[in-house]
Amino acid sequence: MDAYLLALKLVFDPYVLMVIAASALYGLVVGCIPGLTATMATALLVPVTFFMPPVPAIAAIVTASAMAIFSGDIPGALLRIPGTPASAAYTDEAYAMTLKGQAGIALGADVIMTMVPNRPPITENTSPAPMLAEVALKFSSFEYFWMVVLGLAGAVFIGSDSILKAVMSLMLGLLIACVGMENPAGLPRFTFGNNELASGISLIPMMVGMFAVSEILRYAADTAPEMKTKVAQVGNVFKGMWELTKRYKWGILRGSAFGTVIGIQPGSGADMASWMSYAMSKRFSKEPEKFGTGHVEGIIESGAANNSSLAGAWIPAVVFGIPGDSITAIAIGVLYMKGMNPGPTIFVNNPQDIYAVFLVFVLANLIMLPFGWAMIKTARKVLQISRSILMPTILLFCIVGSFAINNSVFGVVLILCFGLLAYLLEENGFPTAPAILGVVLGQMLEENFVTSMIKSDYSIAPFFSRPIAGGLAALTFLILFWPLLSWAWRSRRGAQRLADGTAG
Amino acid sequence: MKLNDAVFGALFLILAIAVVIASRAFPAIPGQQIGPGAFPTLVASILAVCSLLLIARGLRSGQRWFEGGAWLRSPRHMLRFAAVVGALLFYLSAAQTLGFIITGMLLMTGLLRAFGVRWMTTLLTAVAATLLIHSIFYKMLKVPLPWGVLQGVAW
Repeated sequence: MDAYLLALKLVFDPYVLMVIAASALYGLVVGCIPGLTATMATALLVPVTFFMPPVPAIAAIVTASAMAIFSGDIPGALLRIPGTPASAAYTDEAYAMTLKGQAGIALGADVIMTMVPNRPPITENTSPAPMLAEVALKFSSFEYFWMVVLGLAGAVFIGSDSILKAVMSLMLGLLIACVGMENPAGLPRFTFGNNELASGISLIPMMVGMFAVSEILRYAADTAPEMKTKVAQVGNVFKGMWELTKRYKWGILRGSAFGTVIGIQPGSGADMASWMSYAMSKRFSKEPEKFGTGHVEGIIESGAANNSSLAGAWIPAVVFGIPGDSITAIAIGVLYMKGMNPGPTIFVNNPQDIYAVFLVFVLANLIMLPFGWAMIKTARKVLQISRSILMPTILLFCIVGSFAINNSVFGVVLILCFGLLAYLLEENGFPTAPAILGVVLGQMLEENFVTSMIKSDYSIAPFFSRPIAGGLAALTFLILFWPLLSWAWRSRRGAQRLADGTAG
Repeated sequence: MKLNDAVFGALFLILAIAVVIASRAFPAIPGQQIGPGAFPTLVASILAVCSLLLIARGLRSGQRWFEGGAWLRSPRHMLRFAAVVGALLFYLSAAQTLGFIITGMLLMTGLLRAFGVRWMTTLLTAVAATLLIHSIFYKMLKVPLPWGVLQGVAW
């Protein structure tokens, strides 16, 4: 219980509350501007969190990303530009409502839905803590090795158009992590005699380069004309919300339960949850013919699924270090930088920190209501800011942010190189989040691998024969081969259906 | 800018082979079978296998070798792209001598003009944004941004 009180004290500190309010405002404004993604908003915040103690740093990341994701739905409804791939599921529906003059209802439903389902994580996460602690005490380098591999296996499925390309991106990240002399042997590797490289490639300039500079390059090369910013007036946001909530309560419950389950599974992100949930809502609806013409039912259910899967993705991220999307990958990087390594041991060593993170989560969702309302009201103004003015400002911010980490212009060299690299890789279907996670976890993976090999006298048997290690190994292989299994199952069923069809 | 998967496969394969060769040159630790080269070699080997698979896929796909995006046919967008890269290179070469404030304002002016912003807005934004970012990082976060030629009037 002491840990809970400590967590309360950590969070309800004037400085932390100020950080939460400021990052909420920041996340809402950046997320609302079309073309600035929630991932970019989060990556830009990382250099600033570098100067904060652990709890406010994580609070800033959690709050800003939650706000930016919600805020991304505003241009979706008003201009038909989805803020995130997940909100694309109901963008057309929300825009149809805007055309009918019901923008207020569409956005109001969205705000309410972000509030409702985000509660479960705190109960789900705090209750198994003592059990996890028991397990954590039995952990040695073998188990840690598998924990890291598990995290990396999850990363492979982030935005997995092609699993092969994701694996290659991950390996690239692991190789980048090898640069420098921070390895078990203390030998400078791949430094080409460069002093700056001897201390390794810093994570923050790399993230800023890969998620922000690459975005600026993509904007510069985008030949589509700048979109029109004629924005409709938004009516009363909260009118009739109580009736809607009562009327569609089963849809809300179904959406949020479904979203949480999808979100917890490593690698299956919010976009999958909201698309599937939209389809499910239509399937179970009493009036499916209204879908697509500006009907609020689908927005409610898939909005609920979207938000609870985002919340669900934080569970594997904080407890095991397995990311669900690129934002949780960035957050995991920040956790490691602040010495709050995800994993069961955090429940033993610093439980108050982890409870503080979940408290921030709840708090962020509570202030979503007033802040979100204010944002919707001012969205007209924000949407008029031109991206051609914002992008150069963001670039200058990237430069200073990457310089600030080591007070060296080498950071600027890094953002340039990684910006170009990420632009090229993404244009060709290589996801960048696995590379980031490879860099975050590479050093730990190597350390635990080498230590285990030395302990076991260069035999790999103990990696599988120790009970917990064996279990984690089995879990890893299950995750890695899950797509293969489900593909095999589907194609078998497809073949069967085909056979049935020809027979009948 | 899209390249055939086989091109990327080949590039990654070269990287993997280079890593393996470089790792072999690392000195072994006396009395230990697992040296500093073991882990990079392991990772590079997995990368090499993936590269070969990607090459095979690229060759079978019938994808074109090079497919420049629409922006490579539009001089204006090529300029915009080059301006972003140029801005970073300019900062690298000028920041120490000119100092952050002058470099930042020049960089912003160039970039805003390249993005087609009008002169009046450009100058206002360049000055305001540079001073704002400078005060956040120099004053609040105590980052030692270079003053350069303005050293005498540093505030």
